[in-house]
Amino acid sequence: MKGPIETTPVPLYRLAHCRTGDKGDIANIAVVAWNDDCYGVLLDQLTVARVGEWFEDRAPTCVLRYTLPGLRAFNLVLEGVLDGGVNGALNLDAHGKGLSFLLLEMPVPVPRSLVPGLPEIAVMPMGDGDRR
Amino acid sequence: MGDSICRVGCATGFSGDRADGALPLVRTLVARGGGTLIFETLAERTLALAQLARDENPALGYESQLDDLISPVLSECLSHSIPIIGNFGAANPPAAAARIRELARQQGLPAPRVAVVTGDRLESAEQWAVLRERLGAKLDRADVVSANAYIGAMDIADALRAGAQVVVTGRVADPSLTLAPAIAHHGWSQHDWARLGRASIAGHLLECGAQVSGGYFAIPGLKDVPDLHAVGMPIAEIDRDGGFVVGKADNTGGQVTSRTVKEQLLYEVHDPARYLTPDVIADLSAASVQEMGADRVAVHGVTGHRRPEELKVNVCYRGGWLVEASISYAGLQAEARARLAADIVRKRLAGVLPLRVDLIGAVSILGDDEGRRLAREPDRHREDVRLRVAAVHPDRRTASQVGREVLSLYTCGPAGGGGVRTTLRPRLNMLSCTIPRGQVPTGWYWQEEVA
Repeated sequence: MKGPIETTPVPLYRLAHCRTGDKGDIANIAVVAWNDDCYGVLLDQLTVARVGEWFEDRAPTCVLRYTLPGLRAFNLVLEGVLDGGVNGALNLDAHGKGLSFLLLEMPVPVPRSLVPGLPEIAVMPMGDGDRR
Repeated sequence: MGDSICRVGCATGFSGDRADGALPLVRTLVARGGGTLIFETLAERTLALAQLARDENPALGYESQLDDLISPVLSECLSHSIPIIGNFGAANPPAAAARIRELARQQGLPAPRVAVVTGDRLESAEQWAVLRERLGAKLDRADVVSANAYIGAMDIADALRAGAQVVVTGRVADPSLTLAPAIAHHGWSQHDWARLGRASIAGHLLECGAQVSGGYFAIPGLKDVPDLHAVGMPIAEIDRDGGFVVGKADNTGGQVTSRTVKEQLLYEVHDPARYLTPDVIADLSAASVQEMGADRVAVHGVTGHRRPEELKVNVCYRGGWLVEASISYAGLQAEARARLAADIVRKRLAGVLPLRVDLIGAVSILGDDEGRRLAREPDRHREDVRLRVAAVHPDRRTASQVGREVLSLYTCGPAGGGGVRTTLRPRLNMLSCTIPRGQVPTGWYWQEEVA
């Protein structure tokens, strides 16, 4: 008998890397999986509903997801999230360059067996002055 | 055709990019047997800013860094037959062309053959009638600064085939700067959609300069990039079928990997199957990448479809006054003091104009104009916070009140506010539509010596 696969949440950056672009009031976020396993998880978990909720402060009017299997990547298109876009927004980051970094912190459930192989941010060695 | 590969190096990705990216590119192109150097310097609003400069002085209105971009490489490009293509003509391509001939004269070089591409600027009554029909009353209300169509690669390619050493353009679609030398080199038809699509995607990868070669990529500890301080500018090597490999200038920092290329492939893309340019609808929905060795990545699976019937148009107009004012709070209860200061400014300007409030160091970039995220986030006792208040208003005096209210926080606000800075500047806004390509006659001519 096969039980449900045990999952644990990890931040998206352990599954993919991202880049934001903008056109008018539309932001697009390229989400590129680190490998095939990560792509498989994201096919199921990186849904337009999840992404829309994650960006609810920006009140997107529409969220689209394009899949690019040859690149193991997704193109997320979020409409109406840039407060008018680079020509209209009052945000210091009117291009929304930082939005992909908000997404990279989104928790994504992954099978426990996958976790040990996922990349993690390398711990920076401390300088001499920090040693106690 | 002697050389089966068309090499294109992109020295800049926007107006304001580094000027020292060009020389290593030129030397690399020469070492590899020749190629074309392109400069992309025209973001959406750059052209409107250039038009304002031209209104002030009819001899200006082209890329203000033109001398710094061209001077270091002009001699080597001319002597090694490396054509230069740039949209650095901005709102005044003839003036940029004249300036380049003058730079050549100053350097004691023979007069270069400089071509000027025309047609992007929309000024005829017929063109305005179309814009009026497409944009409606919004256009009538706008104090228009500039109106330009994005034109394609064909006139640039024609000028190159006629022997141009420098081609100066205004508004041209960014990928067309790369497509044009590929068309001229390989002799493609303007209806060869698959090849045009592939080379346009090569152009798409180059158009932001270092963004494909290690720029806009690094996250320390997760995505490290070597020698980013000396990041090299990219080169595309385009074969006769439009297939291409992306690399970068020799002896530079940065990196070209499958990851940098994948990120840039999707940069500013909406539907990957329909990447619209004036020349072709490029289709990268089935794209894949392949590392071919150090800093060399091939892109496969790209194709193209018949070009759009209409061209994209940007109309820039004066958008009132943008005011930004900021003040810092640090140490004990800093965040609470900054929040109180924000509250005071809001109350003082209630009903005058809508404000955007940021607490830099607490909630700013990830916040929204409505302040939803800021209101939701509790005071987390941050100890180094800068309050920023921004607003836009048609009336300069009204906008300037924001600066005065933040300034008066020095003495009337919470304890210990310091370092007030305020700026007030005119804002440019934009309307976009499309126009039938038949309404936009384009062409090119040789820039002659001004007597």
